[in-house]
Amino acid sequence: MSLATTTNYLTPTGREEPWRFTPLNRIGGLHDPSVELHDRISLEPSDIPAGVTITVEDALAFPPLSANEDQVVTRIREGVSKVLVVTIATNAEVALPIFLVRTILDMNPEISRVQVKAGVNSHATLVISNSGDGIFAEEIELNLAAGSNVRFITLQEWGSKAVHVARHHAIIAKDATFTSFVVTVGGSLVRLLPTVEYTGPGSSAELFGLYFATDGQHLEHRVHVEHGVPGAKSRVNYKGALNGDSARTVWIGDVFIKAAAQGTDTYELNRNLLLSDGARADSVPNLEIDTGDIVGAGHASTTGRFDDEQLFYLMSRGIPSEEARRLVIRGFFSEIVSKLNLDEVEERIMARIDNELATVKI
Amino acid sequence: MSTLEIKGLRVSVVTEEGSKEILRGVDLTINSGEVHAIMGPNGSGKSTLAYSIAGHPKYTITSGSVTLDGADVLEMTVDERAKAGLFLAMQYPVEVPGVSVSNFLRTAVTAVRGEAPKVRTWVGEVKEAMSALSMDPAFAERNVNEGFSGGEKKRHEILQMELLKPKIAILDETDSGLDVDALRIVSEGVNRVKENQNLGIMLITHYTRILRYIKPDFVHVFAGGRIVEEGGPELATKLEENGYAEYVTA
Ligand SMILES: Nc1ncnc2c1ncn2[C@@H]1O[C@H](COP(=O)(O)OP(=O)(O)OP(=O)(O)O)[C@@H](O)[C@H]1O
Ligand SMILES: [Mg+2]
Repeated sequence: MSLATTTNYLTPTGREEPWRFTPLNRIGGLHDPSVELHDRISLEPSDIPAGVTITVEDALAFPPLSANEDQVVTRIREGVSKVLVVTIATNAEVALPIFLVRTILDMNPEISRVQVKAGVNSHATLVISNSGDGIFAEEIELNLAAGSNVRFITLQEWGSKAVHVARHHAIIAKDATFTSFVVTVGGSLVRLLPTVEYTGPGSSAELFGLYFATDGQHLEHRVHVEHGVPGAKSRVNYKGALNGDSARTVWIGDVFIKAAAQGTDTYELNRNLLLSDGARADSVPNLEIDTGDIVGAGHASTTGRFDDEQLFYLMSRGIPSEEARRLVIRGFFSEIVSKLNLDEVEERIMARIDNELATVKI
Repeated sequence: MSTLEIKGLRVSVVTEEGSKEILRGVDLTINSGEVHAIMGPNGSGKSTLAYSIAGHPKYTITSGSVTLDGADVLEMTVDERAKAGLFLAMQYPVEVPGVSVSNFLRTAVTAVRGEAPKVRTWVGEVKEAMSALSMDPAFAERNVNEGFSGGEKKRHEILQMELLKPKIAILDETDSGLDVDALRIVSEGVNRVKENQNLGIMLITHYTRILRYIKPDFVHVFAGGRIVEEGGPELATKLEENGYAEYVTA
């Protein structure tokens, strides 16, 4: 299906609040109605474990599950004819991770929609890895039924030219637990919207992120957690490093606690490590609380330079400076990486981080 | 037989009001097997001396020399100094989040010895060194100095010294913050390395109690950025009784 041009949404200009950090001139036209977007299912499952089915469905039969205000997501919703649907059966205990791999090898702008449906009391880990170079927009909606437990890991291991704009939206029902890891180490421009809403009490979300930007990269993560029901919990912890004078990162942490969301427990954290003088990390935590009855709500954001005392300490034990830096950076990220509990993925990420470090002399 | 030779060392730090001289001409020679105690009032520059020898970037050497067996230490990078055989047990060991003690020790030992320790013997070597210092083996899996108590940090410093086997060690207030038993255990550790390696020691301290375990050959009084008096062990006792008043006003 080619994209209808009859939509009445506004094309972002870059002056709007949600777009003010994004270099629209580098977004490959994903926001621009005059640029045609190709509708393509690009995720390839490797082994599909028992209890999981992956099908391609008609988009009309699988309409979006959530409200959306993002212009690129609107274009995706209007532009796709098919949806990749990942279904985790009720009560399924899927021990092996579900690996989905996407490799894009040409720069024709393309879009994709995915729905993940986790059945009641099901357990599963989903790993999506993105590599290659392309111009790509996607929406992934995850619907967690009551009592389910989903770990959702996305790896942005793109090449240096890739443009990736995406919304990952989780809808979390009563007593369901959602854990997400966003790892963004590649791409020219990456703009991800990890968003969460709750539909029942006892629901919980832990959102972890790791990004490493080097020269020429703009890596933007806009977390949005909407506490609209009582008794839900959220934890957000994103860590980033920037190496190179034109490295750029943006982290937005919107946590909204609505009047109905009594007993909410939330904490969000973003830490950035600047390895070069010219690198710039924007970090904007934003907590809005409309109820007086909360368990806890807090946020913290720090952006700092490399700690010379740590380097000196390691070097004073004979460790050469390059290796000392590598240890400190690995240490900085290990808090997040070690929670992945997937050895092969952990090693791959750490190796990539070593590589990113090696690209520019600090 | 090794010799650390410090001659006419002058060192400044950069402050908001400009450069401030801390060390004002330090002369000191330490040979293998010798213990030199350095005692002096707070702020007299003892840690500055220790850090300057180790190569901390905060300190600027304005004149003088430091050599180890004739090699110019001041020309060496920080890691090269460690590889040359210098070790600094720090007054305030640094926390390194996310880096485990075992990974740190292995990386350091690999760098200093020039080859990775044999897997088969390494684990035993670390275990033995830890148990000799009464350190719980669980420390190996903790992050470097993170959440360690003051005394645990000091034991960890001496653990590193045991594994790195330096020629000359500078112990900057290693005894501060140690309880009575820990003081004995840590001192025994230092003496072990001294025996095995014929280690030369610069022992910076405020108290004579550690000198009961680690017997000094020389005691130096440090005040106003230089050594103002030298003597034998009896000088330490005199300092403990009289304090530094006569040196500070001098
Ligand atoms: N950045 C700085 N700005 C100003 N003064 C400094 C700076 N760094 C060090 N100093 C000063 O240098 C002096 C020497 O400090 P140093 O730590 O070497 O003393 P010390 O003899 O080890 O003292 P202590 O017994 O308390 O450990 C102190 O007066 C200290 O305040
Ligand atoms: Mg001191």
